[in-house]
Amino acid sequence: MRIGVFVCHCGSNIEGTVDTAVVARTSLDFPEVVYATDTMYACSEPGQDGIIQAIKEKHLTGVVVASCTPRMHEPTFRRAVERAGLNRFMFEMANIREHVSWIGKDREANTNKSVDLVRIAVEKLRRDAPLSPSKFSINKRVMIIGGGVAGIQAALDCADGGLEVVLVERESTIGGKMAKLDKTFPTVDCSSCILGPKMVDVAQHDKITLHAYSEVDSIGGYVGNFQVKVKKRATYVDWTLCTGCGACMEKCPSKKNPDKFNEKIGPTTSINIPFPQAIPKKAVIDPTTCRQFVKGKCGVCAKVCPTGAIRYDMADEIVTEDVGAIVAATGYDLFDIRKIPEYGAGRYPDVITSLAYERLLSASGPTGGHVKRPSDGKEPKNVVFIQCVGSRDKSLDRPYCSGFCCMYTAKQAILTKDHIPDSQSYVFYMDIRSPGKMYDEFTRRAMEEYGARYIRGRVAMVYPKGDKMIVRGADTLAGTQVEVEADLVVLAAGAEAAVGAPQLAEKLRISYDRYGFFMESHPKLKPVETNTAGVYLAGSCQGPKDIPQSVGQGSAAAAKVLALFSKDQLESDPQISRVDIKRCVGCGKCIMTCPFQAIKEVEFRGQKKAEVIETVCQGCGICTSTCPQGAIQLSHFTDNQILAEVNALCQS
Amino acid sequence: MPVLTGKELRIVGFLCNWCSYGGADTAGVGRFTQPTDLRIIRVPCSGRIDPLFILKTLISGADGVLVSGCHPRDCHYAEGNFYARRRLEVLKRFLPILGIDPARFDYTWVSASEGQRWQKVVTVFTEQIHALGPAPRFDSVSPELLAKVAGALSQGGNRVAA
Repeated sequence: MRIGVFVCHCGSNIEGTVDTAVVARTSLDFPEVVYATDTMYACSEPGQDGIIQAIKEKHLTGVVVASCTPRMHEPTFRRAVERAGLNRFMFEMANIREHVSWIGKDREANTNKSVDLVRIAVEKLRRDAPLSPSKFSINKRVMIIGGGVAGIQAALDCADGGLEVVLVERESTIGGKMAKLDKTFPTVDCSSCILGPKMVDVAQHDKITLHAYSEVDSIGGYVGNFQVKVKKRATYVDWTLCTGCGACMEKCPSKKNPDKFNEKIGPTTSINIPFPQAIPKKAVIDPTTCRQFVKGKCGVCAKVCPTGAIRYDMADEIVTEDVGAIVAATGYDLFDIRKIPEYGAGRYPDVITSLAYERLLSASGPTGGHVKRPSDGKEPKNVVFIQCVGSRDKSLDRPYCSGFCCMYTAKQAILTKDHIPDSQSYVFYMDIRSPGKMYDEFTRRAMEEYGARYIRGRVAMVYPKGDKMIVRGADTLAGTQVEVEADLVVLAAGAEAAVGAPQLAEKLRISYDRYGFFMESHPKLKPVETNTAGVYLAGSCQGPKDIPQSVGQGSAAAAKVLALFSKDQLESDPQISRVDIKRCVGCGKCIMTCPFQAIKEVEFRGQKKAEVIETVCQGCGICTSTCPQGAIQLSHFTDNQILAEVNALCQS
Repeated sequence: MPVLTGKELRIVGFLCNWCSYGGADTAGVGRFTQPTDLRIIRVPCSGRIDPLFILKTLISGADGVLVSGCHPRDCHYAEGNFYARRRLEVLKRFLPILGIDPARFDYTWVSASEGQRWQKVVTVFTEQIHALGPAPRFDSVSPELLAKVAGALSQGGNRVAA
């Protein structure tokens, strides 16, 4: 083999702490290395051209690039060597940026370490063989998990692009958090007026199958061919018969249950349709409060239902959906405001979350759009908003900014003045973060036109005095303590990963961060992709986002799915396991351990042998370390290759 | 070039591509300074790691071996790290029988987002190995026997590597 080594400066990123010329010169001593050079930016066009030229001029048969992480530019360089006529798998990378130059400043040690990393790359490359991909057909259906605005957008875009879409929603209606909002910033558009038609489009689209009140139970398969088991939770109402007339809700005798859709402000019935524009507009019985379930007798809804849709004996049902791609759009949940006892949430009814306040403002909310405080139903005159409750707070392990709270607080201050003209809003804030088109202008309007008083500082405590709440805090601009008498205190609760997000990530085999938000493939360049092929992200499940960002990501994820499905067949990664039939003794251990059922038993001249199904194998190599004979080897990660790397490190 | 004498010890890491290698990348991107001793061998999954690789590495003269994979239940290949955990736990208990200090080997789980955690893992493990000092060389063992053992390990007992 004739190996060429290219050591990248990456500007000063690597050259700053690694002597790349020395690394290149030293690599010439390694076996089969016939050419080595350092290069300014290996990934740039001249850099790639230099590699191609060297391959042709020096008749190289294998290439090592020492630069950044292979997770970044391995595909780039593989394409480059392919353009020069080599097989794309006759290429290895040494990661001397993320794993060397960026984690230490000792130039001697870094240079030495870089040489070692090039050495193991060369040893691995010497044992590489050319590989070619095979093709497999794909199922052009897509599953969207989560029916908030991001999921709705992704579903509609995919369906309009001609794909069959399966939309899975945990609640009994789609719409997500946006359906609970009264108005949206910075246009003060009515939220349900802009979301409602999209929800109707989902219901009426002939390419969208909606599983509401359902959860993803398990996911098998791989890109192009996933099998997803969806658990349809028992609604105790036959939705094929339910017309959404609401007669059951009128007659239901169990009327005092906290209304989840209205953020537990105001009561609701045990059989319930969350809101008038719900999609699907179907009733669901809550068995934890329904008298038929709790006391064993009632049956009123069954009697009044004009279509006889009530089924008290309904059970959860599992349906299997075969899809080729999955978009996770599971959104966020609110920080539990009771975790800050100083603010009194949970103890004082007039301390509420901003989402609950949104329901008080909404015409379809529990108060019909008249702002009435929960304790005594009086109209509040002084409303105090406290921002960053569960955001930017290290002591609560919530150091991140939730992003949209500054804006919705300004919106709520404006709406408060609209609803109650003689009211006064106070906003305690840390910083006002309003980067976005027309956003800063909007917060200014809240202050200047609507007279909201912004006080820069944290609130120390909230306590009751008579029928008022006293909010005591600091005004850091004036350098004084302030106390504000409030009729209602609204806490801008931060965004958290949705309940169950880590469990879903594990089913999807994608990563999540310590807060439960899903990890994108690259924070800048691959914001909606994940490291699992065929799984995409949209909206707040990746991190807090406002509506335009979520919609943008929904469309972006849909574009990625449409691009994936633009081909009838996908190329499989040929870095898969292969069986040496002479060594295989047919023990079947690899078949048992393979997580993808990618190995089958075959008969060969009357003997049992293992055989890898090329397009199903995902290249994990669990079989290779299981095989007692060393008969099944993962291409490009064979025992010999890994041991050669070990030898290169230990015996040098 | 060998490790820098007097400054570094020979520490080899086996990292799964999807979580820990990514975590080490995240640590690099975040410029989380680490000791320079560690050399990382990338494998697709911690389940790919044959415990014999680790033995071979230790017998061949490494002063420490660190394995890191995805957190249990969060494996890119669904269950590879469960296999890894079982094998590596057995290996750790087996090391004293071979006369190898089990503190020279450790395995852990680092996700792709945990750059800071990776920095800590590397720093603590490197300090641990430096506290132990260089591994005793198998000087009293005849080179023939050592070559035989190393050969057997690289062949996986009765197996013949492809």
